[in-house]
Amino acid sequence: MTGPSPSSPSSPSPAGTAREIARSVRSGERSAVDVLDGYVAAIEARETEIHAFNELTLDQARTVAADIDRRVAVGEDPGPLAGVPIALKDNLCTRGVVTTCSSKILEGWIPPYDATVVQRLVAAGSVAVGKTNLDEFAMGSSTENSAFGPTRNPHDTSRVPGGSSGGSAAAVAAGFAPVSLGSDTGGSIRQPAALCGVVGVKPTYGLVSRYGLIAFASSLDQIGPFATTVADAAVVLEAIAGHDPADATSIPQDAPSIVEHLDDGIAGLRVGVITELMGEGIHPDVAARVREAAEALAAAGAVVEEVSVPAVAYGLSAYYLIAPAEASSNLARFDGVRYGLRVDAATTNEMMVATRTAGFGAEVKRRIMLGTYALSAGYYDAFYGQAQKVRTLIARDFATAYERFDVLLSPTSPTTAFELGAIHDPLTMYLNDICTIPTNLAGDPAMSVPFGTGSDGLPIGVQVLAPTLGEVPMFRAAAVLEAAAPTEEVDR
Amino acid sequence: MTDTDPTGSADRSVPTDSLGNPITVPDSDDILVVSAADGSRWELVCGLEVHAELATRTKMFSGAPNRFGDEPNTNIDPVTLGLPGTLPVVNERAVELAATFGCAVGATVQRSVFSRKNYFYPDMPKDFQISQYDQPIVIDGTLELPSGHVVGIERAHLEEDTGKSTHVGGDGRIHGADHSLVDYNRAGVPLLEIVSRPHVRSAEQARAYVSELRSILVACGISDGKMEEGSMRVDANVSVRPEGSDEIRTRCEIKNVNSLRSLGRAIEYEATRQADLHASGDRVVQETRHWNEADGRTSTMRSKEEADDYRYFPEPDLVPIDLGAERVAAIAATLPLLPAARRARLAEVTGEARTAESVVVVVERGQDDQALAALAWTTHLASESEGGPHAGEPDVAGRFMAEVVEPLAIAVAPAPKPNAPSPDSSAPAESSADPSAASAASVARWVLTDEGLAAAREASDAAKARVLVHVTQNLGAEGGADLSPLRLAELVAMEVAGELTATQAKQVLAELVDDPAATAGSVATAKGFEAMDTGALEAQVDAIIAANPSEWEQFRTGDPKVRGKLTGFFVGQVMKATKGQADGKQVTALLQSKAT
Repeated sequence: MTGPSPSSPSSPSPAGTAREIARSVRSGERSAVDVLDGYVAAIEARETEIHAFNELTLDQARTVAADIDRRVAVGEDPGPLAGVPIALKDNLCTRGVVTTCSSKILEGWIPPYDATVVQRLVAAGSVAVGKTNLDEFAMGSSTENSAFGPTRNPHDTSRVPGGSSGGSAAAVAAGFAPVSLGSDTGGSIRQPAALCGVVGVKPTYGLVSRYGLIAFASSLDQIGPFATTVADAAVVLEAIAGHDPADATSIPQDAPSIVEHLDDGIAGLRVGVITELMGEGIHPDVAARVREAAEALAAAGAVVEEVSVPAVAYGLSAYYLIAPAEASSNLARFDGVRYGLRVDAATTNEMMVATRTAGFGAEVKRRIMLGTYALSAGYYDAFYGQAQKVRTLIARDFATAYERFDVLLSPTSPTTAFELGAIHDPLTMYLNDICTIPTNLAGDPAMSVPFGTGSDGLPIGVQVLAPTLGEVPMFRAAAVLEAAAPTEEVDR
Repeated sequence: MTDTDPTGSADRSVPTDSLGNPITVPDSDDILVVSAADGSRWELVCGLEVHAELATRTKMFSGAPNRFGDEPNTNIDPVTLGLPGTLPVVNERAVELAATFGCAVGATVQRSVFSRKNYFYPDMPKDFQISQYDQPIVIDGTLELPSGHVVGIERAHLEEDTGKSTHVGGDGRIHGADHSLVDYNRAGVPLLEIVSRPHVRSAEQARAYVSELRSILVACGISDGKMEEGSMRVDANVSVRPEGSDEIRTRCEIKNVNSLRSLGRAIEYEATRQADLHASGDRVVQETRHWNEADGRTSTMRSKEEADDYRYFPEPDLVPIDLGAERVAAIAATLPLLPAARRARLAEVTGEARTAESVVVVVERGQDDQALAALAWTTHLASESEGGPHAGEPDVAGRFMAEVVEPLAIAVAPAPKPNAPSPDSSAPAESSADPSAASAASVARWVLTDEGLAAAREASDAAKARVLVHVTQNLGAEGGADLSPLRLAELVAMEVAGELTATQAKQVLAELVDDPAATAGSVATAKGFEAMDTGALEAQVDAIIAANPSEWEQFRTGDPKVRGKLTGFFVGQVMKATKGQADGKQVTALLQSKAT
């Protein structure tokens, strides 16, 4: 089935992959300004239709690109992402550039500092083109919860791009940038990556610094890349990973070397297909693609079996206590006193209430209420305390599975992209993340790799999961899937 | 906030503390008992919560400076302001200082966890405070007061301070203000909240506890302990119970107590208020009360019933802190001598009681090293001069120098002689510097040695008495604490040798503090103080007696009260005649001997 929009995503990217761009810019074959111009043309052609961005920073991008060309001209090396345009989710702080979390409460707020990942991307020579749309404060699975309007799926503009990092996924899928950054609290990188047909990575918790990521749920949030290829995702991850003293939960070790292992193959790699995530609630098209993916891995030399990870069944329940609890506290600071929206009232207290009432959208308020309740005296043990125990169980069940397997396999999302406005019920919406949430609770890495389409012609993603700091085997398996993915063109 | 029981037990028959342990209240021979309006008698049960700002360079969770008194909103950074996306990072120095405190009060330093205490307030940038809740870094210590009474320390935990609101318009409190200004300089300053057990039984014990705590914090470099700058803040949890009973009744928390004097007054007021309520059959409501210094009363701030639910949960942006046994042991090993031990040492050396006011005050002011060093020097000076106690042992001075002073590299360059030219201003800074100042740093080390203490112990009783008088009465902590022990010793030596009267010595001392180049000898000479020998003094006394025959008759025949009054008259007359050079004590002794 073809979507109502006749347009198709611009793929491959107008200037090739990020690796190709960086190689050619560093060698002086192409100028970063020319590369940027190609992407600007793509943005101008389709951004009005897609609405991937809250804010475009093309003037600054041109200045940065010109500086990179100047540095190459005088023999300097601007870094591994030299001249690579990148889109940043609008919950990453960018010095001097509006950062809103797609919320009215932060409309117009300009951070005085850069997130650590932004500093590292600049140091690697990349060129930021804009801030991408998201579900308000990253709460959602469709990017419909943005205060500034929804983002549309480049494969079919009647459909959602997934969420919460829908803008970043759509930007890469639409060819607005070869790579982008998102954040993943319960699947917010992987699910939109699957729905938009791009690669999306949620790294091990603590591998990438969260300093400058506006927190949703601190113990679950993790920043990661979107890319059109597995190798590009690896290059970006290498650039942003590694210890940061400004984040106390940052793992005290250097970024892993992933790219050099991408072609190592997977002979003997032990792969487990998670039984609990292949049954009820998973669309048959999706389950079929995951089985094909498992066969492809086996054909490449992996040992593939089914494995039960029983506690994943409780992931959603635990997540919807822990994440809102942390969010209720993290979002307290938006009180109108120091920055962002202020709705005046007679007293300070009334001002805070009026500001928060006007500034937050319905889903954000729902989660603040949920989380406040879960932490309240007398309910803490039954809700938050119990959820933490479930979290421990999930981590333990994964650890048991990883005694026998190097990586695990599952769907990323139970379905392909759904129509805008199709899901009204929050609980049904929450089910979108049933396959992705358990990994966040365990703190492990996982990524989504495009693997063919459904009978509706829309992209399907396969999720590769790995144990803590198991990024290298995860990427090796992903590289094999990328090479083996069904080749029929999406939307043709 | 430590009055919520983290164990969550709502109904409890045995009162427990914040960590779930049963509350016990010790007996004392100093218990405040107040009488209610109906004459019933009620005794005090009190615990104290002290917030001490830690003496770190930077804040608890960020690199912004921790400094008092700067322009508003200058010691801030994105973390201090709680800007979106910022994260806290624990100040390791603050953790060490908290552990130091734990070691100093014999407590357990344990693995600790930070939690979030959630409530909305404009001077709290994140609208939650990062604090330690059910797993504080320090638990279960004790603090012995100078009186010997022991106060248990339930816990001490690390947290961040809030900013400071100034309410403009109205009466300066938040209600009725036109608008409020917030200074975030203080936001994020590291605090150690030290919670005592309800072992404080009198207002005097409360003051002594805070004072002793401050001495420990200052001695260990944990806090500057300045109540007047708010770097040490005290809240009192006050309850009363029928005299002699072992009940635990409802308590109120008294805030805004800004001095030791207020602390005592607030406790006494509150105890009486509660006693009256109990006696009249009314209920004491558990609440936070505000001490109003001007009216000397407490009033309701907020009651427990309407208190916030702080929704504590473990701070997900931080990991637990575990210093480990080895590091705690290393910290314990570097503890300085603590006030209790210093009082014992000073008492032992001077022959005073440990509880003697002079001993307590000198240690409280941190001037015991100065006093002990001065005593050691007087011994040394006495043995040098003819007729000194060590005149027959010529090697004592040499031994003292060789075995104590030189090995410790103490600067012993003699102070300028009275007639010596003033120091050459063109000379290198090192040699022109006050030699006694150079020695000051070493003093603390050598008074700790057996030799140094032995020398101090050998000082004459007169010297001991004079040194304690000077340090407690004539030498304020301000400026006087820097006076070198050698210069103080020289003064005392002259006094003991009869070369200066007590009154003269006091004047000389003031000069010594003001002028680092002066010596006791040079000042005495400059002021024309000469030793008044006993004969001259006696002649002067006789002359005054002769001039006032009726007063003398009353003195001779009067009762002790009359005699006491007239002693003042005669001493005054002699002082006037000798322009203050007579020794008051000596005059009194002469008057007594002539009267009998």
